[in-house]
Amino acid sequence: MTAGEKKEYWRWEESCWTDDSKNWRDAKIITAGIDVGSVSSQAVVCVDGELYGYNSMRTGNSSPDSATNALKGVLEKSGMTLTDITYVIGTGYGRVNVPFAHKAITEIACHARGANYMGGNSIRTILDMGGQDCKAIHCDEKGKVTNFLMNDKCAAGTGRGMEVIADLMQIPIAELGARSFDVDEEPQAVSSTCVVFAKSEALGLLKAGYSKNKVIAAYCQAMAERVVSLIERIGVEDKFFITGGIAKNTGVVRRIEKLLGTKAAETKYDSQIAGALGAALFGYTLMQKQGAAAAKAAA
Amino acid sequence: MIANYGYKDGSGEYYISIDTDQCIACSAQRACLTACPKGMFEIISDDYDEEVAAVKPNFRRSLGFDCSDCKPVGGYTALPCSSACTPGAIKHSW
Repeated sequence: MTAGEKKEYWRWEESCWTDDSKNWRDAKIITAGIDVGSVSSQAVVCVDGELYGYNSMRTGNSSPDSATNALKGVLEKSGMTLTDITYVIGTGYGRVNVPFAHKAITEIACHARGANYMGGNSIRTILDMGGQDCKAIHCDEKGKVTNFLMNDKCAAGTGRGMEVIADLMQIPIAELGARSFDVDEEPQAVSSTCVVFAKSEALGLLKAGYSKNKVIAAYCQAMAERVVSLIERIGVEDKFFITGGIAKNTGVVRRIEKLLGTKAAETKYDSQIAGALGAALFGYTLMQKQGAAAAKAAA
Repeated sequence: MIANYGYKDGSGEYYISIDTDQCIACSAQRACLTACPKGMFEIISDDYDEEVAAVKPNFRRSLGFDCSDCKPVGGYTALPCSSACTPGAIKHSW
């Protein structure tokens, strides 16, 4: 970093992955899910209903460009082209602006479907902590939504709120979770109703002599309390699963678990791709249904 | 499916819950569409291609204000939307 250059502490790591053990050229049905969120965009490609690759990156100022760039990452890494993909579904707040999508489905249904794949069919409660909203979802054993609740009115309890605190503390966002446990005693939560008030309170605590870690702990606790009050409206049924970028923040996740009295299910997948993965899986089911219907008509 | 539309803010929780399973074969002839004085309800095709009632997106962040006229202080003894929905699919959290 050169003198005068501002470090972006909020900037989280973008990622692109493909499963090299699979050969997409042998696949019968290739589907893609594009989740254009308010903060991040993901593209997931599934081959015959199995996860093949994904790209997760920051959403720019144009939803169509973000969708195109997200998918481009997977296509370039795999040697695939858009014409190889049978069906594309858009989801997220920019779902209607995905230029190459055949259909748009809400992120609520897609997160439930994605969590069902990532955490198994015993997942019943999903907490999606997105960039600018938060959703509590109940689903059945097939990943079909049975109850949902969302809050997109303010940034408290969302990824954007955590980015604000990372910048304020001048600590990389990926380190916040671990640092929140490095405190002599657990502090009281800051404001959980508004991220602007929370930021003011955090500044006040720093001036009062709190360490940065203790302020981060106070904010993590506030986020946890915020989303727990949301999820308690619909109740928690085991198993419980967290999707979205905040699922990577152990400081918030452990505090949510403590407040709810239940452990969140573990997954080997990136929690941020749940929505796009669910969309790709919806596409696969639709293609299977269409194929079955065509076969029935031909018989 | 129970669809909860609304929000929580510093002044309280404002959610309208709709049991959309009741909407599929609505026995009230979609009375919610006309019962609400502000026309807050609409029929949408949900993610599973079912025709169900929903709160229009432009009202979802202002229910605390928009519904206030129908609360007891506004002269109503029963909510017009909940009363019109005879299957009992519509509920308010406040």
